[in-house]
Amino acid sequence: MEDKDVKKEEHKAPKHGGDNSSDPRIIAFVCNWCTYSGADLAGTSRMKYSDNVRVIKLPCTGRIDPLFIVEAFKKGAKGVLVSGCHPGDCHYTSGNYHSRRKYATFRDLLGYLGVDLDRVEFSWVSASEGNKWVSIINEFTDKIKSLPGKSTDIFTKK
Amino acid sequence: MSRIGVFVCWCGSNIAGTVDVEKVREEAAKIPGVVSALDYKYMCSDPGQNSLRNIIKEKNLTGIVLAACSPHMHENTFRKAAAKEGLNPYFVEIANIREQVSWVHEDKERATAKAVDLMKMMVEKVKRDRPIEDVRVPLNKKALVIGGGIAGIQAALDIANGGVEVILVEKEPSIGGRMIQLDETFPTLDCSSCIMTPKMVEANQHPNIKLYTYSEVEDISGYIGNFKVKIKKKARSVVEKDCTGCGECWNACPMHKNVKSEFNVNLSERTAIYVPFPQAVPLVPVLDRSVCLHFKKGGKCQKCYDACGPKCINFDLQDEIIEETVGAIVASTGYDLMDTSMYGEYGYGKYKDVISGLQFERLLSASGPTEGVIKRPSDGKTPQTIVFVQCVGSRDPEKGVPYCSKVCCMYTAKHAKLFAHKVHGSQSYVFYIDIRSTSKGYEEFVRGTMEQDGAIYLRGRVSKIYEDEGKLIVKGADTLSGNQVEIAADMVVLATGVIPKKGSDKLAQMLGISYDKYGFFTESHPKLRPAESSTAGIFLAGMAQGPRDIPESVVSGSAAASKILGLFSKNEYEVEGTIANVNEATCVACFYCQRVCAYNAISKKEIKDRSGKLIKVVANVNPGLCTGCGACVNACFSKSIDVKGFMDDQIYAEIKALAV
Amino acid sequence: MKLAYYPGCSLKGTSFEYEVSLLKILEAMNIEIKEIPDWNCCGASAAHSINHNLSVALPARNLAIAEKDGYESVLAPCAACSNRLKNAAYELKNDDILKKKITDSLEMPYDSEMSINNMLEFLIGTVGKDKIKSMVKKPLSGLKVASYYGCLLVRPPKVMQFDDPENPVTMDELVALTGAEPVDYSFKTECCGAINSLSKPDVVMALTGNVLYDIKKHGADLVVVACPLCHSNLDVRQREIERKYDEKLGLPVLFITELLGLSFGIDPKDLAIDGHMVAADRVLKKIEGLANQR
Repeated sequence: MEDKDVKKEEHKAPKHGGDNSSDPRIIAFVCNWCTYSGADLAGTSRMKYSDNVRVIKLPCTGRIDPLFIVEAFKKGAKGVLVSGCHPGDCHYTSGNYHSRRKYATFRDLLGYLGVDLDRVEFSWVSASEGNKWVSIINEFTDKIKSLPGKSTDIFTKK
Repeated sequence: MSRIGVFVCWCGSNIAGTVDVEKVREEAAKIPGVVSALDYKYMCSDPGQNSLRNIIKEKNLTGIVLAACSPHMHENTFRKAAAKEGLNPYFVEIANIREQVSWVHEDKERATAKAVDLMKMMVEKVKRDRPIEDVRVPLNKKALVIGGGIAGIQAALDIANGGVEVILVEKEPSIGGRMIQLDETFPTLDCSSCIMTPKMVEANQHPNIKLYTYSEVEDISGYIGNFKVKIKKKARSVVEKDCTGCGECWNACPMHKNVKSEFNVNLSERTAIYVPFPQAVPLVPVLDRSVCLHFKKGGKCQKCYDACGPKCINFDLQDEIIEETVGAIVASTGYDLMDTSMYGEYGYGKYKDVISGLQFERLLSASGPTEGVIKRPSDGKTPQTIVFVQCVGSRDPEKGVPYCSKVCCMYTAKHAKLFAHKVHGSQSYVFYIDIRSTSKGYEEFVRGTMEQDGAIYLRGRVSKIYEDEGKLIVKGADTLSGNQVEIAADMVVLATGVIPKKGSDKLAQMLGISYDKYGFFTESHPKLRPAESSTAGIFLAGMAQGPRDIPESVVSGSAAASKILGLFSKNEYEVEGTIANVNEATCVACFYCQRVCAYNAISKKEIKDRSGKLIKVVANVNPGLCTGCGACVNACFSKSIDVKGFMDDQIYAEIKALAV
Repeated sequence: MKLAYYPGCSLKGTSFEYEVSLLKILEAMNIEIKEIPDWNCCGASAAHSINHNLSVALPARNLAIAEKDGYESVLAPCAACSNRLKNAAYELKNDDILKKKITDSLEMPYDSEMSINNMLEFLIGTVGKDKIKSMVKKPLSGLKVASYYGCLLVRPPKVMQFDDPENPVTMDELVALTGAEPVDYSFKTECCGAINSLSKPDVVMALTGNVLYDIKKHGADLVVVACPLCHSNLDVRQREIERKYDEKLGLPVLFITELLGLSFGIDPKDLAIDGHMVAADRVLKKIEGLANQR
C-alpha cells in the first residue's frame, strides 16, 4: 500500500517543470458512434481513468476540422486526442478515412507551427473498447505529463 | 439574449456521490445568460421532467443544459419534454457528467471541476443552437426488386400482398434464380420446383407485380422515396403478349447442337430460340442473337418464324428502355459459383466426370438433362462410387476465398443421400474440413446421411484427382486416422464456393450502396440493421449479401419487404434535421463536398434570375440522402457548408469554454 | 541483353549432359551467356534446411556478383538453383531488415530487379518460341514425349510465379515445338523423392516408380526433364525400380535441352546423350526411322 501511495505522488509531481505540466488540459475530439460509446462503456463498467481529459463530441471524425486542433492548443490544451471508429467500421462509411488522410497531411503543418507532435494522438476506439479508451487516456496523459511544457508556448503567449 | 436553464442531476448518488452537484449548480448560475440553475435527485423521473417543463414556461427559456448521464441515455427524453413546452427539441444539450465524470473518477474536487467544465461547454453550445426542423421527404409508393430468385420473389410477393405496386426485374429469360435449378432441398427433401413454381406463377400473375424478365437495371438516380430507374428490356425477338409458349419455334430451330444450356450448367445443349427450362415464367422463349443463324448468316434462316402459329417472332425487335419512379428498392441479385480452374489438381474441366455441385443437382433433377437418372457425363454410365469434395474454394485464403460458403455441407449431405436413394448398393465418400449443420433439422439430416445412407465421411482435404483406367483416383488425407487414402471413384462432385453474382459490384456502385471486398453487399449494421443497405431506401435480400440457404433467403426477402411496407405506411419519410446545409451566397461551386460525400447527397443546383438567366451554380444537399456526418464541411474551402447541430461556431465555443 | 549463367554444382558434375547440351543449343542459336565469375553453392538442400540466413546469403552472393557485372538476367538451368536464387531475391525484396543483414555480411550491395530464369522460362521467355521453332531442322513427329516437372520449378507459386503449379504446360509447349507429341499423364508434378535418394532409396523408388509407370502407361517413348535431381532419380534409379517391381520400363530420360538439340539436328554425341544410364539408342533409332520415312 505504501508503495502505491508513493507512486501516486510521483505521478502527480511535475517532471520537467513549466506551466501546467503537472495537470495538463487534454481535449479529445471523438465521434458519436464508436469512441463516445466506448467512453460511455468505460463509465458503465466503472473503470477509472485520468481526469485531465475533456471530450468534445462530433457526429464523425470526418467532421473534425484540423483547425479545431489548433484552436484547442491555442486555448491552452497540452494534448489533443482524435478518436473514431476503426477502419471499415465508420458509421458513415468513410468519414474516418477522410479524417485519417487529413490528419496525415495536417501533422506536418502542426509540426511547422511548433507543436510537439507527441502532443497529438490519433486512435480508433470502438463502442466495445471501454478498456482501450481507458488505457489510451491514461497513457496519453502520462506522456503529456512527461513532456516539457514549452513546446506549445507559441500558442499561449499573450 | 439567451435565457438558459441548467439542470444538474444527482442520479441518486451515482453523480452526487463523486461530484459536488451544488457547486456545479452554483457555477452554472454565474454564467451570463443562465437564468435558472437547479439540481435535482432524478431529472429523468416524472417530477424531474415536470420541474424542467415548469421552468421552461416560467422563465421562458431559450435553451436547456442537462448535466446528467450520457446523451445516448436520455437526450430524447428531455428533447421530448422540451418540445411539449414549445421549445425546439434541438435546444436541449447534455453535459455527460455521469459516464464521463462520476463513474470514472474518484477525486471529488477534481471530478467536480471537470463536471463544471463540461457543463460550461454545453452552455456555450446551447447559446449558439439554431432551431432545427426534421425533414420530411414525400414517398412514391412503388417498389423495385432487382433479381427474381427466391429472395426477390418473396420480397416482391410480400410487398405486393401489402397492397403496394412492385416492379420485379430479372436478367435471365425466366424468374426462379438458382433455387429452380436445384433438385430436392435440404433438410426436408421437398422438390425445389414443386415449391418454387407456384411462387413464380403467383409473382407473374399478381395484379400488383410488373415483371420484366430478360431485363437489366441500366441506371438509377434519386433518393429514398424518389428513385428514378431506367430498365433495359433486352430485345427478346418474341412478342410476349402474343406468345402462347407452344414450343413450335424451338422445335423447329436447326441450332440444336453446340450451344450449351446455361440452365443445365453445360450438361446439355439448347437451341438458339429457347426457354431455359420447361416451367419457365414467363413461358416465352428468347432468341439468342449471338448464335442464331438468322443473325449470323444474313437473315436466311427463319424456320422458327415459319413454325410459329401466332407469328409472334419479330427479328427486328430492339432493346427498349423503360423508366420508372419508385420509393424503395430491394437488391437481391444472388450468387455465382466460383471458377474452380485454379484447382488444377482436381482436374475440373479436364476430366468430364469431375463436376460441380450445381451440375450434380441438374443430374438429380427429373427435369434435368438425364431426367433424374444419375449418369456420368463421359459415358452415360451410372456411377457406383462418388467422391464428394467439400470446401473447394471456400475457406481457402490462398487460392479461393477465406469465408465459408455455408450451404455446401448441407447440399453435399443431400447429394450423398439422394445418390444412395437412387443407386442402390452405391457408395459415397465425403471429404470435409468441418461439418456445419446448425439450423433446424440439419444435424439430424447429416447424421442420417452417414448412418442410414452409409456415406463415409473423411475429415481431410483432397490433394489430387487423376484418371486411371476409367476410374478417377482421388488421393487425400484422412486426418482423423492419420492415413493417406486413395479412392477409385466413378465420379467426383466438387462443392464449389459461392461468390457474388458477376456485375453485382457495378450495380452496387450504381445504387450507391457499399459492398465488401468480395462484392457482397454490406448491411447498414451487420446485426441490428441486416435488411438495410448503407443508403436510405435501398434494402438487401438473399445471397447477394453473403452465403445463406433457402430459408434464410426467404426470411431476408420478407424482412426487406416488411421494411418497405413499414416505410410506405406513412406518406412522408422523416429524417432527423441534423443534416448539412449550404450557404448559397458564399458557395463557389468547387464541389469538393460532392467528392467526399459517401451518400451521393450533394448535387449541383443552378440559380437563375427571373428571366431564366443562370446566375451561379451551387452545391445542393438532398435531405433524403444526407446523414449529417459532416465530411463535406471539412472539404469546403469557402466555409459554405455546415452541419446543423454541430456548427463551427458551436465547436469553437466549446473549445473556448475549456480554455485554461 | 546481357545474360548471366549460373551453372551450380550439378551441371558441372552428375548432370554434365545438361550443360553440354545447353551450351550446344545456345551456340546453334547464336545466344551468348557468361558464367558468373567465382560463383558459389546456391545453398540448396543443406543450407535452407539448416540456416535461414545462410540459405539467403549464399544465392544472394551470386546475384550480387551478377548485379555488379551489369547483367540483366540470370539463367539457372538447375531447378533447385533457380528455386534458391528466386527465393533469395524474393525474400530480399520483401524483407528490408534481412536485406540489410545479408548485404552487410556479403559486403556487397544488392538492389537489382534482375530477372532470374529457370530453363523453361529462359527458353520460352528470353529465347522465344518463334526462334526455337525456326531452329527445328529435324522434326521429331511421331515421337511421344512425357514432360516431368517435379516440384521445384513451380513451387512455391507465390515466389516462382511460373506456370500453373498444379497443371504446368510450358515444357509440353517446348516439346510440341520440336514436332514431337506431348503426352498428357497424371503425375507431372508428383514428388520424385528428391534428395531422399541417398538416405531413403526405398521411398524414392516408390515415388519415382509411380511417376515412371504412369508415363509408361500413357505410351510415352521417353521423358524430358529440366531438373538434375529429377533426372538422376528417374534415370539412375530406373533399373532398380524395374527389378523391384518386376516390370520393364526402358524409358530414356533426357534433358529438355537434349531434346531440342536433337530436333535442331545436332549429333546426339555432341549432346552427350550417351552419358545417361538408360540408353536412348532405341529412341534415337526411332527418330532416324521417322526422319527416313519422310
